[in-house]
Amino acid sequence: MSIAQDQEQASKPFKQLDHRYEGIAKVTGKARYAAEFSESFSKTELVYAFLVRATIPSGSVKSIDSATASRAPGVLAVITPFNAPKLSQGPPQPPARRNLTLLQDANISYNGQPIAVVIGQSLNEAKVAAAMLKISYALQPAKLQWEKRLSEARWPKNPGKEPAGNHRGDIDAAFAKAAVTVDNTYITPIQFHNPMETHATIAWWQGDKLTVYDATQYISGVKMSLAKAMNIPVDNVRVIDPLVGGGFGSKGSMWSHVPLCAMAAKVVNRPVKLSLDREQMFGPVGARPSTINHIRLAAAHDGTLLGIQHDTVMNASVLEDFVEHAEGPAKNLYQSGASSVSAKVVEANLGISTFMRAPGEAPGTAVLEIALDELAEKLKMDPIELRLKNYAETDPSHEGRPWSSKHLRECYSKGSEEFGWASRNMTPGQRSDGKWLIGHGMATATYPANRSAAQATVRLLPGGRMYVASGTQDLGTGTYTIMAQQAAAGLGLDPKMVEVKLGDSTLPKAPVSGGSQSSASVLPAIQDATTQLKLKLIDLAVNDAASPMHGLQAADCDVKEGRLISKSQPAKSDGLVELIARNKNQPVEAQGQAEPSEAKDAMSTQSWGAVFAEVAVDPHTHMVKVRRIVGVYDIGVLLNEKTGLNQLMGGMTWGISFATHEDGIVDASTGRIVNASLAEYHVPVNADVGVLDVSVIGIPDLKFNPVGSRGIGEIGITGTAAAIANAIYNATGKRVREYPITPDKLLAG
Amino acid sequence: MKSFAYSRATSNAQALEAARARGTQFLAGGTNLVDLMKYQVEQPVTLVDINHLALTEISQIDGGGISIGAMVRNSDLANHPLVRTNYPLLSQALLSGASPQLRNMASTGGNLMQRTRCYYFNDISFSACNKRAPGSGCAALEGYNRIHAILGQTDKGPTSGETCIATHPSDMCVAMAALQATVEVEGRGGRRTIPFAEFHRLPGNDPSRDTTLREGELITAVTLPSAKFAKNAFYLKARDRNSYAFALISVAAGLEMEGTTIRSAGLAMGGVAHKPWRIPEAEKALAGQLASPENFAHAADILLHGAHGYEHNRFKIELAKQGVVRALTVAAQGTSEVA
Ligand SMILES: Cc1cc2nc3c(=O)[nH]c(=O)nc-3n(C[C@H](O)[C@H](O)[C@H](O)COP(=O)(O)OP(=O)(O)OC[C@H]3O[C@@H](n4cnc5c(N)ncnc54)[C@H](O)[C@@H]3O)c2cc1C
Repeated sequence: MSIAQDQEQASKPFKQLDHRYEGIAKVTGKARYAAEFSESFSKTELVYAFLVRATIPSGSVKSIDSATASRAPGVLAVITPFNAPKLSQGPPQPPARRNLTLLQDANISYNGQPIAVVIGQSLNEAKVAAAMLKISYALQPAKLQWEKRLSEARWPKNPGKEPAGNHRGDIDAAFAKAAVTVDNTYITPIQFHNPMETHATIAWWQGDKLTVYDATQYISGVKMSLAKAMNIPVDNVRVIDPLVGGGFGSKGSMWSHVPLCAMAAKVVNRPVKLSLDREQMFGPVGARPSTINHIRLAAAHDGTLLGIQHDTVMNASVLEDFVEHAEGPAKNLYQSGASSVSAKVVEANLGISTFMRAPGEAPGTAVLEIALDELAEKLKMDPIELRLKNYAETDPSHEGRPWSSKHLRECYSKGSEEFGWASRNMTPGQRSDGKWLIGHGMATATYPANRSAAQATVRLLPGGRMYVASGTQDLGTGTYTIMAQQAAAGLGLDPKMVEVKLGDSTLPKAPVSGGSQSSASVLPAIQDATTQLKLKLIDLAVNDAASPMHGLQAADCDVKEGRLISKSQPAKSDGLVELIARNKNQPVEAQGQAEPSEAKDAMSTQSWGAVFAEVAVDPHTHMVKVRRIVGVYDIGVLLNEKTGLNQLMGGMTWGISFATHEDGIVDASTGRIVNASLAEYHVPVNADVGVLDVSVIGIPDLKFNPVGSRGIGEIGITGTAAAIANAIYNATGKRVREYPITPDKLLAG
Repeated sequence: MKSFAYSRATSNAQALEAARARGTQFLAGGTNLVDLMKYQVEQPVTLVDINHLALTEISQIDGGGISIGAMVRNSDLANHPLVRTNYPLLSQALLSGASPQLRNMASTGGNLMQRTRCYYFNDISFSACNKRAPGSGCAALEGYNRIHAILGQTDKGPTSGETCIATHPSDMCVAMAALQATVEVEGRGGRRTIPFAEFHRLPGNDPSRDTTLREGELITAVTLPSAKFAKNAFYLKARDRNSYAFALISVAAGLEMEGTTIRSAGLAMGGVAHKPWRIPEAEKALAGQLASPENFAHAADILLHGAHGYEHNRFKIELAKQGVVRALTVAAQGTSEVA
């Protein structure tokens, strides 16, 4: 893999750490994830819970005979809907607070739903006993095969932050006067989150105080939801999670196993660990729903888009509506005369759908950007030219309000140059290399820039060291690293001198690590904290008789490169090390906070990118190899080259997965996920990933936040799938409109 | 997984003696058996570890050919100079399978005995599986049957106790079938030799049995006859990702060439049936013929005669036809260096 970054353009507001903050701990095995805190307990104290799941899609548990299981070696308790402690389950507030299944009734809404918990001295004892439960069910007719019941599609009860339908201009008129149209249906499958670290919780009670180690993207969210579920004051709950082994949205909400673990800990009066199996990742902790997208494009001869229509229908759990806004990009990715979008759901007895990396934009661009490619072909127009023709200079979805910053044009031109787009053959099926058919395709990437309120604490410690803390999370994304950088930048210190604390709900509050918002939320809070810290340090120095700064006006002082200086008398300065030493080595601490500016409603904040793919297709086996992808992104400032480009690269790799691999298969008659393992649920392996050439434009977006960065966690997956699909078409002349593009579809296509 | 007793055998006799007890299974690399135990599909009472048996040699045998010990690991077998040079078809097939880590553990005997990847066999929450629970029916028939059989299956409807559309998932075995290997086994009653074509079986009316190996018998070796296809061999594997995926269909093609004429052929398919699919008539039809697309297509037709697909796997019929023609075409052009 090659990593390219435009050094000139990338503005580096501060010194970057050249390694991942927690990297050494990770590669030496010292890093510990939620399930690995067993050592905190004595060997006999910690016990293990295993989740028992329904094997029918709909109905109820009639009875569970646990007599044999309860007598099995090592078994401490079996919790079922018939003996579970009663919890006060307030009304759930989907989608972030999920409609949980906590054994409060015997209902079954999907195959794989938790219906019992077995607690044993060891995990294996719990598991073996679980198999001894004699469960009888009362079956109800299940709602399955949702794709055959599209006439049942309805508006979602709870569309999330966006309305489910949206119309601008006169779409019918647009089609009436169109010279060229595209009208097709595009399908994306159910996808399951498979971070390396499966969900896991260790819970223990001290009186009515509950502490959990929990694999989560949102410690303060778990704190609130768990307190509510267990009916205890919020401040009685502490959530700890210093490292998250990936989450991808699945760990953005608290799912049933977390309160069930706390319940188990209460029942056996011991610390309990509940760690999900890989198979249990397929159902009880969310999935990206499948979407069926009807897209129509109307264009004039010169390529001007007169209208875009995107109607998406998806599966939703009978428990709760979650809307995957695949229709979103149709509203703001291009300028068009009119637009009309809708999102509807069809209920099914399946697990709850949830956020997955780039919710909305990932499937949205995957389908819309194929349609654009089809339109370009019909117009005999270069796909980039078509996109430039309809470039959205302002946000069409918000009455043309300005973007905080948009450099998508630069992405197209830089990307096409690096890729060698000019030499692409517009006619499909023309290029080969030995047996391989070669194809080139491109697509636009996009993801909104989000930001929420956050708080942070910083301290200057003896010896020129610093401490920074915020109750945020690091999903393997680089939060530790950029927090160290931001804190150090405030005093002009070396980021290597900074100790970082996060992942503990006792720390200052920060938002969910989702929606690519962590850096844009937490770093401004740290920036504010270091500004406060500077003032305190200056105050300390000017009042310190032993300081060369003594008696100076505070306004005349500043902190630069680790020293206090006088702006008017450059000869006068004081070292931070000396200052703290004279302060009897007492650290100086400051708090900071930041929230989105009031100007946020006057502008749209969005990230952009252009993705180019080269594929080779074997005409005999119909297998696809992605040879290389060039991705150029406009994401504001790149905060850290290593962790930042790695985020984008990981997203692009997922784009390969989206295009050619992932496919959650539901058994048509039982609603069971049939390929619930990493052997059968495919994600790319090394042989599937060619050269990934990723770079950023690097122009800071200072209107969005004072650091100038927009999030990068999700945009990488957007656009990539369509770029690959379009490249496959260019290679073979076969237009596959259903993901994943597997050999059988290319054989038929 | 369920608790089990473990014993380690240091001689074949000891292994065979231990295997007398009911519910005993041999543990080789464990890459299939241990997974199935975790899924509670297999629940052995005792595991007899055969990793310490003297079955790790690859040796030349009198009159040509080689003998491969049952505990030779897939990676060692694939990379052995004798195999790379004389049996590139086998080497290619092995290297197309699983991942390096798995091949380092997987044994020759275990690979022969690996069980189907049928989703409905591997998840005990599906009650209908004649292979796992004889007489219970077949959930795959009307389920998600994309990876299932198109040839030689038993299809008497989803509720019949005989229906089974599972496939044998091995790559190695497809090459061995084309090479007409022999399986050497040892039981308490003595040794016997099973021709490869008779080792794996079709589901017939008893899908629970994958092979003709008898209870308690130990595979000791696989022998290959003297090499005929060293210069013209190709293993084609169509799969959903470029590595670490089972075959949708695979084809092992070996040709013995005289100029542009085929003197003899070895041909088998994987991913299409309950056993490696070899029809000797297809090979015979090629013998003495020109290496031409028409003749290859004819062989493909013979191999796929009677193929029958289901809702999700019908594509395999055409994919297999194309695969057979392609594999024979590449084989005829000459073996390329094994990567
Ligand atoms: C994720 C994954 C992907 C894979 N992909 C592929 C692939 O693409 N292609 C492919 O061909 N294979 C693939 N495999 C399967 C792999 O090749 C088999 O698991 C392996 O060959 C089994 O060998 P083993 O030694 O580990 O057998 P074990 O798991 O130890 O045993 C399997 C069975 O064989 C029996 N057995 C073992 N040795 C003997 C003997 N000498 N005599 C009698 N009985 C014996 C055991 O009792 C057991 O029932 C994959 C496996 C996994 C887990």
